[in-house]
Amino acid sequence: MDETHQHSLPSEENIALRRLDNGILLAARENFASPAVIMAGLLEVGSMDETPEKGGLATLTASLLSRGTERYDYDTLNDAIESVGASVSVWGGTHTTRVAAKSLAEDFPAILELANEMLRHPTFPEEHLERVRAQRITGLHERLNNTRAVAELAFYQAAYPSGHPYHHDSSGTPETVAALTRDDIAAFHRDHFGPQGAIFVVVGAIPKEEALDRLEAALGNWEPLPQPPTERDAPPVEWPDERVQQYSEVPGKTQSDILYGLPTIPRKHPDFMALQLANTVLGVFGMMGRIGKSVRDEQGLAYYARSGVSATRGPGAWTASAGVSPDKVDQAVQSMREQWVRMGTELVSEDELNDSKTFITASLPLRLETNEGVARTILDMLYYDLGLDYLERYEERVRAISADEVRRVSDTYFDPERAILSVAGPAIPQL
Amino acid sequence: MRSGDSEIHRTTLDNGLTILTRELHHAPVTTFWVWYRVGSRNELPGRTGISHWVEHMMFKGTSQFPKGVMDREISRLGGTFNAMTWLDFTAYYATLPADRIEIAMRIEADRMVGAAFEPSETEAERTVILSELHMYEGYPSFRLAQEVQAAAFQLHPYHHETIGWESDLLTMTRDDLFNHYRTYYAPNNAIVVAVGNFQTGEMVDRVAEIYGSLAPGPAVPPVQFNEPMQRGERRVTIQGREPTPLLAYAYKAPAATDPDFWPLAVLDSILGGAKGASIFGGGGSSRTSRLYRRLVDGGLAVSASSGLLPTIDPYLYSVDVMVLPATDRDELERVINEEISRFQEQPVTEEELARAKKQTRAHYAFGLDSMSNQGRWLGLSSIVATTDWFVNYLDSLEAVTASQVQSVAQRYLVPTKRTVGWYIPENGANNGSGQ
Repeated sequence: MDETHQHSLPSEENIALRRLDNGILLAARENFASPAVIMAGLLEVGSMDETPEKGGLATLTASLLSRGTERYDYDTLNDAIESVGASVSVWGGTHTTRVAAKSLAEDFPAILELANEMLRHPTFPEEHLERVRAQRITGLHERLNNTRAVAELAFYQAAYPSGHPYHHDSSGTPETVAALTRDDIAAFHRDHFGPQGAIFVVVGAIPKEEALDRLEAALGNWEPLPQPPTERDAPPVEWPDERVQQYSEVPGKTQSDILYGLPTIPRKHPDFMALQLANTVLGVFGMMGRIGKSVRDEQGLAYYARSGVSATRGPGAWTASAGVSPDKVDQAVQSMREQWVRMGTELVSEDELNDSKTFITASLPLRLETNEGVARTILDMLYYDLGLDYLERYEERVRAISADEVRRVSDTYFDPERAILSVAGPAIPQL
Repeated sequence: MRSGDSEIHRTTLDNGLTILTRELHHAPVTTFWVWYRVGSRNELPGRTGISHWVEHMMFKGTSQFPKGVMDREISRLGGTFNAMTWLDFTAYYATLPADRIEIAMRIEADRMVGAAFEPSETEAERTVILSELHMYEGYPSFRLAQEVQAAAFQLHPYHHETIGWESDLLTMTRDDLFNHYRTYYAPNNAIVVAVGNFQTGEMVDRVAEIYGSLAPGPAVPPVQFNEPMQRGERRVTIQGREPTPLLAYAYKAPAATDPDFWPLAVLDSILGGAKGASIFGGGGSSRTSRLYRRLVDGGLAVSASSGLLPTIDPYLYSVDVMVLPATDRDELERVINEEISRFQEQPVTEEELARAKKQTRAHYAFGLDSMSNQGRWLGLSSIVATTDWFVNYLDSLEAVTASQVQSVAQRYLVPTKRTVGWYIPENGANNGSGQ
């Protein structure tokens, strides 16, 4: 294969697409550099399709798919996958359920067949439900002793109102998971796992038309659900009227974890790229941006101090986070706030802005270095409807963002008087 | 190496610097590493954690690249940049679009000899490192591993975790750090690794131009600790507020260069699941492994894993279990012991052997598309063994026989060579056990 083609960005030129009658979108891209093939896919089903009382239903259903199917029992599935060093994983999220498979090219047809069986014909053996349930509940109890996880749970509960898909965690609670029945799971699978809106991407050492043919042969006869998936976007939320401070005590710890910020916008919002650039300046660039420079480098308060945007199909959160000594929480939060407010009031210098622009555009080849990175990127382009020319236009679009736009989105999507602070640590400080 | 790829090219400069390069052209990316033969293995009591702290100081500036400039330079070119300290090594790496790799080469050369170690920066970093330690201490698995390691090694510096003991982190001085740096950071104690989209001749010439003028240092102090033979099983138990019990078995294991390493690696695949050739994970699912079947499918554990690290000196072969709260602890140990005994009493089947080898080949192939992975494997193997160790990795595993697996099980996996560690929730642990 000639090098220029190998090095070109994934685009209309080199991605083969096919839409099946049942609604599934297929994509494939070739890469013969190593003998491996990656498949990445998503179904439009997730914890947003469950009620909070049945919290954990979608993720538990997803993790039980590999526990036996109509044609293959648990041992047969494991044996078929692991004997060739392959892997197939399925996991549930809020909006989607994801599948990832990895194998040598020669084993791809067999692995596709197994993944297809798992998604469509699981049997949910009772004994496996009980085993996985016990593991889940133990994990949920353990999570309540992790300061970072506790700070996150409390943040999402404070930031999104009860009933919003982001208010309840997709893993559920020990109590809700304990109450789920096999009938709940089988019904959830029957009602929500279908081809509508599903996307499957194959990248690796297989001719792309062959990859699409194989996907179509496997998935083409998947009958659409009688009730297609409902609205997939999570609704916008109101900010609190005033500052919210949420302290959660996790006894026995030596460090407190901070999560601080506000709900913002979905991935497809026109401000997203400017927000992503603002976030890069604030808490990513170099050693974690301005926040890292202040909190870690200058004041030595934390090993990690950074910010991130988590936008998907709903109003994702823009948050800053750090792990600090319990008596330094206030100092760290104050520094984060100062840096954030500065982003919304002062223009970032051309130099600093250009640095961040170059970082997010020039690092693209690094993100596309592996088959997994390429498959994930194509899946995102299709799921968020970004267009197959998205990567080709990416640099131009990032370059076009002005310092004033960065200031505007920072001001629009952060308000220190309404921001939500969630801290989890050994003791509740006196306020 | 397989996969039809290019050769690994090795050069040594007059100042002792080893250069390992490998051309790969499947992506427009190059990764550049400098590995130093220094890690927690080279540390004495009172100075534990010093190698890791020195690594942090290397990001605090030189005269040519003042603080903040080096990470800015790399980031603005679209690169990633980091470092890691481990038992046997400290490694610095940058991965960049291939035509921009020069900056990483210049930064690494500059800080090999010219890091500033400003006293105020040393103090600011002390609290950052304490924060890192406290973050780890939030996990009972870290606290248990720390105790098990300390019990398993009485003399050898593998006794302590790479991050060091808190008391040493509180008392070490700027001069301690600087002396450590001057002792171990020199071209004759370093290995440059470049993997990616370049022409070998040009890359080697450029490394020679940039690094050739650096003066070699005196030979580094040898590590003269031979851990005394363990004469009996050791046990440690720790308690805490987290509600899930943890069990760790740690057997004394052979060094990477010991021929016994390979049969034990095959045994590890069969017991706990196949891994890639990386010390930092990269394995696939392991539901067909003997441990998973007995412990997780058997309803005793949430998870079970095993691990063998390639190290310079003999280290540990470990089995780690996250235990379901209702599980009887004696019963769990009995089941693990039974699984270990199976390896000693009967050879593994030809089918299991073939499967372990095929799995390893697949995992190895999966790692091939990441330049960074290849840089890591190449550097690591050159530190703990030789470049050939990596080149011959698959062949070495391929040659392992069932009787060799049985033999290593009989010689290494014996109670007198193990340390058993338990983390047990104390009464009133947070949230109870749910039982």
